[in-house]
Amino acid sequence: MSEQLHYALFTGCTAKQSTPELLSSTLAVAEKLGIKITILEEASCCGASHLQDFDEFLAHVLNARNICYAEKLGLTMITICNTCQLNSAMTKHALDKDPELKARVNEKLAEVGLEYKGTSEIKHFLYTLIDEYGLDNVKNKVTVPLSHLNIAPFYGCHNIRPSELHGNANGGENPYNPNSLDRLIDALEGNPVNYESKNKCCGFHVELQANHTSEVLSGNALLDALDNNADMMVTPCPLCHLKMDTYQDSIGKVMGRDIELPVLHMPQMVALALGCTEKEIGLNFHVQKAKQLYTA
Amino acid sequence: MSANKKVTLKTFRFNAETDYLPYYKHYEMEVGKDELVLDLLNRIKWEHDGSFSYRRSCRHGICGACAIKVNGKATLACKVNALELVELFGDELVIEPSSKKRAIKDMIIDKTDFWDKHAAVKPYVVSDVDPHPEAESKQSIEEFNNFLDSDLCIQCGACHYSCPALEVNPDFLGPAALNAAYRFTIDPRDEAGDERLKITAEQGTGVWDCVKCYECAEACPKEIDPIGKIGKLHNLQFVRGVVESNVATRHAEGFLRGMKKTGFLDEADIVTYSEGYLGMYKHIGTALKMLKTGKIHWHSGIPFINSIPKIKNLDEVQKLIEISQTNKL
Repeated sequence: MSEQLHYALFTGCTAKQSTPELLSSTLAVAEKLGIKITILEEASCCGASHLQDFDEFLAHVLNARNICYAEKLGLTMITICNTCQLNSAMTKHALDKDPELKARVNEKLAEVGLEYKGTSEIKHFLYTLIDEYGLDNVKNKVTVPLSHLNIAPFYGCHNIRPSELHGNANGGENPYNPNSLDRLIDALEGNPVNYESKNKCCGFHVELQANHTSEVLSGNALLDALDNNADMMVTPCPLCHLKMDTYQDSIGKVMGRDIELPVLHMPQMVALALGCTEKEIGLNFHVQKAKQLYTA
Repeated sequence: MSANKKVTLKTFRFNAETDYLPYYKHYEMEVGKDELVLDLLNRIKWEHDGSFSYRRSCRHGICGACAIKVNGKATLACKVNALELVELFGDELVIEPSSKKRAIKDMIIDKTDFWDKHAAVKPYVVSDVDPHPEAESKQSIEEFNNFLDSDLCIQCGACHYSCPALEVNPDFLGPAALNAAYRFTIDPRDEAGDERLKITAEQGTGVWDCVKCYECAEACPKEIDPIGKIGKLHNLQFVRGVVESNVATRHAEGFLRGMKKTGFLDEADIVTYSEGYLGMYKHIGTALKMLKTGKIHWHSGIPFINSIPKIKNLDEVQKLIEISQTNKL
């Protein structure tokens, strides 16, 4: 690569609160790979699809404000959460195709001295690693090959659906047969687990109001991974992680089986293979014991 | 040079009257570039086994009869080119009914639940019309465009039987019925909108049980985007003031509480506010585990009190909420 990659990082809420290991491992991976990251400290919550249910226009205004700060830096905005990715991209898509809506949103943004232009791309970190940094380049930096691990990729809905919205931002991933995480696992010399549930829903978004649905959807995926000999699961979405890591005990009770499966964030898996420090990887923050995966 | 490809169709076979369990049969055939999945189903029947059963009628993507799944992908057989699926999944295509557990014979399923749910949302214009009108009942182009795409539904069931929420919770109305509810609720001639909004807001069956997976948007052969319509039904509850305060609606509105204070969602507050203090007890065990591992952490302040960092320029977010908020709970 001739020029250093430089991105504006939209952390989202979870990386700043319940999953500090996601932020630390993301920054550690970027440093190891020589990718420059500027954190968008001004960025607010994306609404996580729930604020959108309440007040769609307000959600567009707030997401457009976040994107404005990436535009000011002239950088691609990267996300480390599927739901942040989807909701930011939905606002971008809505504003870019509807000049009247864009004008109404900009009227509000003008009150705080901002203007949404539509000049920044929005991509999940996973896809910048693959499409811009390049898997061969990642492979060359591996110091701790993951060849001892069977890794179940869990894609998370909002990175792969709706495919029409994501377009090329996710490398044209096919939601019925996604392969980006599998290819990343290959590049880190791990063994990707092939299982039916990899592109299914974890149920996080109805955790409060439809708890049984949520637990069963997660349970189906965790058991499918386990039954296909997974040693760990990996996901690019901290909400999938929270659901399947934090609630693993209660999920096991609902499913009537013991479940013990570490669920890692995508950057944590990369950090393991790149030889980042134990502190940076932050496996101690997991509710389901995961520290044994650090072997360097 | 032939562009034909040799394809194996691993095909779900089941006859509810005679078989205890379903089984798969493999049919091999040369598939040409212009053949649709429906052509392959015909060839199974005509060239291999005359007892193979599937629904088909119009062959023009309008009757909705021939919806099946190919390698798990919802497929309207008469609309999808077979070799495109070979390109996606390789040269073995797994041919299955839309819902295996509802199979009656091979691809034919019992769609009773689909029709029952459709009927439950009053999928028609409810209006006290003058039987002898002297003028037309007019609609503007904008009013018409609001429901044009939702009106294109062909009731194929592709979205309904791709919905994971419905697989777990058989009471959930599902994306097709909810799309129909939206279509008639925003029809200006209709007078049952509020009633429909109440039906579709019921906890356990209505819009708040949607898991937001976007499977329906992906599955729909008419590109209706059912989940987009579910989102609009969420919004309409607030816009028309028929919303009830409950765990789901507070969860949606409650995002603003944290955002006004810090710019971020307050993860602990959203749970207490949505559930209410009585409902909180369910989460105490999880909260303790999260405290133990540091998922709820001390390093940026006292948990639940001041542990959430603030974004830069928080005043902008506060101001934008103040001037842009259009709905309230």
